[in-house]
Amino acid sequence: MATNLLPIEIVLGVIGFWLVLGLLGLLLQGHVRLITRLVFPLGAVGAIILAVISLLALSSVPNTAVLPLGMPDLPFHLRLDPLSAFFLLILGAASAGISLYSAGYFRSTPGPVLGLLAFEYHVFLASMALVLLADDAYLFMVAWETMAVSSYFLVTTDHKIPEIRSAGFIYLLIAHVGAIAILLCFGVMQGGHGDYTFGSMRANQLTPFWGSAAFLLALFGFGAKAGLLPLHVWLPEAHPAAPSPVSALMSGVMLKTAIYGMLRVSFDLLPTQQWWWGILALTLGLVTALYGVLFAAVQSDIKRLLAYSSIENIGIIVAGIGLTILFHAYQQDTVAALALVATLYHALNHAFFKGLLFLGAGSVLHATGERNLGRLGGLIHKMPVVAWLTLIGVLAISGLPPLNGFVSEWLLLQAFLLAPALPQAYLNMLLPLGAAMLVLAAALAAYAMVKFFGIIFLGQPREEKLAEAHDAGPWERAGMLWLAGGCVVLGLGPVYFISEIGHVTMALIGHDLGNVAARSGWVWLAPVAQDRASYSPLILFLFIVSGGVVTFLAVRKFYHGRVRRGPAWDCGFPAQTPRMQDTAEGFGQPIRQIFEFFFGVIREVPSPFDTKPHYHGETHDRLWNLIYFPIARLTENLSALVGKMQHGRIPIYLLYSFVTLLALLAFVR
Amino acid sequence: MNTTTLLFQLVQNMVVVLAAPLLLGWVNQCRAWMQNRSGAGIFQPYRALIKLFHKDAVLANNASPLFRYTPYILFVCMWLAASLVPVVAVDLPLAAAVDVIALVGIFALARVFIALAAMDIGTSFGTLGARREMLVSFLAEPALLMVFFSASLIAHSTSLSTIVETFAHKEFAIQPSMAFAGIAFLMVLLAENSRIPVDNPSTHLELTMIHEAMILEYSARHLALIEWASAIKLFAYVTIGIALFLPWGIAETGNWGALPLALLLLVIKLAGAGFGLAFLESISAKLRIFRAPEFLGTAFLLAVLGILTQTLLKV
Repeated sequence: MATNLLPIEIVLGVIGFWLVLGLLGLLLQGHVRLITRLVFPLGAVGAIILAVISLLALSSVPNTAVLPLGMPDLPFHLRLDPLSAFFLLILGAASAGISLYSAGYFRSTPGPVLGLLAFEYHVFLASMALVLLADDAYLFMVAWETMAVSSYFLVTTDHKIPEIRSAGFIYLLIAHVGAIAILLCFGVMQGGHGDYTFGSMRANQLTPFWGSAAFLLALFGFGAKAGLLPLHVWLPEAHPAAPSPVSALMSGVMLKTAIYGMLRVSFDLLPTQQWWWGILALTLGLVTALYGVLFAAVQSDIKRLLAYSSIENIGIIVAGIGLTILFHAYQQDTVAALALVATLYHALNHAFFKGLLFLGAGSVLHATGERNLGRLGGLIHKMPVVAWLTLIGVLAISGLPPLNGFVSEWLLLQAFLLAPALPQAYLNMLLPLGAAMLVLAAALAAYAMVKFFGIIFLGQPREEKLAEAHDAGPWERAGMLWLAGGCVVLGLGPVYFISEIGHVTMALIGHDLGNVAARSGWVWLAPVAQDRASYSPLILFLFIVSGGVVTFLAVRKFYHGRVRRGPAWDCGFPAQTPRMQDTAEGFGQPIRQIFEFFFGVIREVPSPFDTKPHYHGETHDRLWNLIYFPIARLTENLSALVGKMQHGRIPIYLLYSFVTLLALLAFVR
Repeated sequence: MNTTTLLFQLVQNMVVVLAAPLLLGWVNQCRAWMQNRSGAGIFQPYRALIKLFHKDAVLANNASPLFRYTPYILFVCMWLAASLVPVVAVDLPLAAAVDVIALVGIFALARVFIALAAMDIGTSFGTLGARREMLVSFLAEPALLMVFFSASLIAHSTSLSTIVETFAHKEFAIQPSMAFAGIAFLMVLLAENSRIPVDNPSTHLELTMIHEAMILEYSARHLALIEWASAIKLFAYVTIGIALFLPWGIAETGNWGALPLALLLLVIKLAGAGFGLAFLESISAKLRIFRAPEFLGTAFLLAVLGILTQTLLKV
């Protein structure tokens, strides 16, 4: 690579490369082997280049570029600063694994569909990169809408199924409601100058009122894309509808562009933050996290479960943003930097483990054709590679040491524990409650994930056809291995990445954690001070491995028996059938019972005398009834009112025009 | 970190593993006395372990490798947890690598593995046990973490060594928040070690068991490792309790002369705690499984209350 190229030029090169690959996919329609073996792997190569460049660009000064595209006098402004670079790193690193996986996953997709899919997929990737690079509201919105539309088409790949069409519609609707709010937010931030470049927005000194208006609009608009309560309803609909690699990309990366937007607006474009923004984001985030994980625990569809788990993780990330704003507003910048590092690290981690889990779910779906947890089971014997790689993702997302999910939760809890640094007594009291909610959500996540892994991969197969399930192919394995490797590396060596994230916090809040590595060596993660808190995943891991080996060898040496196989004992109960294992509903039942308040439960329990008993249970999201259906009804009623004015006769319409004209004349005069 | 502390750490690593079943034996013996039985002696857990290590293992036909590895993971996790609790001296090199949050994480890691292993065979009892274990834990784990948080808010550190060092200095000034935390911790201890009132370790009564339901399919060496791990877990929890709430007499950094006294005090404290545990178990009845969340919810709220009083009083 030539040294005189600016990082931003290389990133633009990758974007261009992706667009070319997309067009190539269109041209090669029908050549399934060419598309899977050429287009997707090349996309992965582009993604890896992007990841490397953005990792390097984290520490370089911001680069800018102007593209002579778009409308006359409205060129595209681009800027690569540490924040963009960090999210480009997420995009590149996660999509590399997902593209590799796609190379194998789509092998049995019919050619014409696949060509279109490859096109949409690469346009989706390119538009996400452009969103992250945009330095004016115009390009941002164009890229944002391209992202929404291309992902809509990806979600509705199987558009012949009515449920998928309606899922796509809900997604598109909420995406656009959010986009309107973002557009208004930019409108507020340009402050009446008519200059929509981010540079001029940064220079604007908004009054606290308008600043707050911009923040609220951004929270709403980006929250709709991220899946914040109560705008989360599209996630559990869209994810099951989309092909699995697309779900992985949407959940792992696209949700992060919304997080990027929130950070960009709150810390970069708005010069000052109010403390109550932090409280608002923190509360919303925590409620979202708890709500998401409760619903994840009671789902019986693999991908809906993962979608709700994404809602939980987004909640944790937004809570981290809230905490950062709060500390920053009170000038506690070291703690703010800690909270921001935790937030960003969790965003990066989530891209890896959630991508991995969606890919694992995709392999299961591909091998069995079954999305319902209640009809799976025992797949660890049929697809061991997928099972073990998924297990890494499961452990990581449950926040267990020594993997990566634990590191970000650890950092966030440390930030919560520094709450006494705040000068407000009420906040000092409230923040530990926030920590309690966060911990509860994390513990429930482990519940949901044990259910996810245990019911799919462990136990006995619940259906006959599962005997024919096959393990994933080499491309799929490679893609999953990449993401699982990321989970392990980010878990064991957090110090390097956290030092790099320091450039982002420096750019956003003018502070970082100091040299984390130099404080006590790169093995130790001690974000504040060594005696305050330290954690060393590597030592922990080495202890577990060496202790395990020692135990294993010792047991070998002293053990005198042999191992033989026999039927399961089960307290001597002879008539075991696979149907006696817990179903997904059964495993989630305690949660449904304890937190009944949150769920809308419909249950039909048969009478004991029923000779053909039929049990039916459904768990609903109450927010549909509380918010969405009333809004839909209101809209319908309003349109019915408007409909009354329409008679389909020209004289009446002419009369309307005439009255309007008169009114306008009266008004203008 | 010098060689003395490292050596000490190694000694503690070995001692906790070997001594843990003794505590379990003591608790069982005390319980037997209180129930007017003569009991099997405090060395009974060792005999049980030796017996299990001599047996042939039977694995269910569809047991996966996960099922076979889990006992080792469980054992190592508990071993790690017990090795980093300051029991006689606060200066433990490992405690810097694994702070209280990571300690809770390690307990969670062990729990997730045993729950998964319980689901591996696919029997009705296995999944039942896994579900109940996760049910108990999702409330017990936050409660435990909240207990640690109220301690670390006082000590301004999440390192267990630093916390204990701070507390040992504070003489007998009892922190109000730690009173709440103490009750919460006791409740968590009972729940997490599958003791009455949440679970009963000495029953195979199918409708009430939690931990036993998960390990029904294990036999011989695997079962021995799991039983041993449970003993270490009990030891770890009791020593954590002692370290947080009764730290006085522990040998502080660099003060190796205080070691013999600290050791003697530890034995007395452990004996007292074991007796207390047996007493609590003997006077209480087992709760219905759906009362367990209420029990643990109370523990969680108490721990949170502890933190609130801590921030209110700013002591």
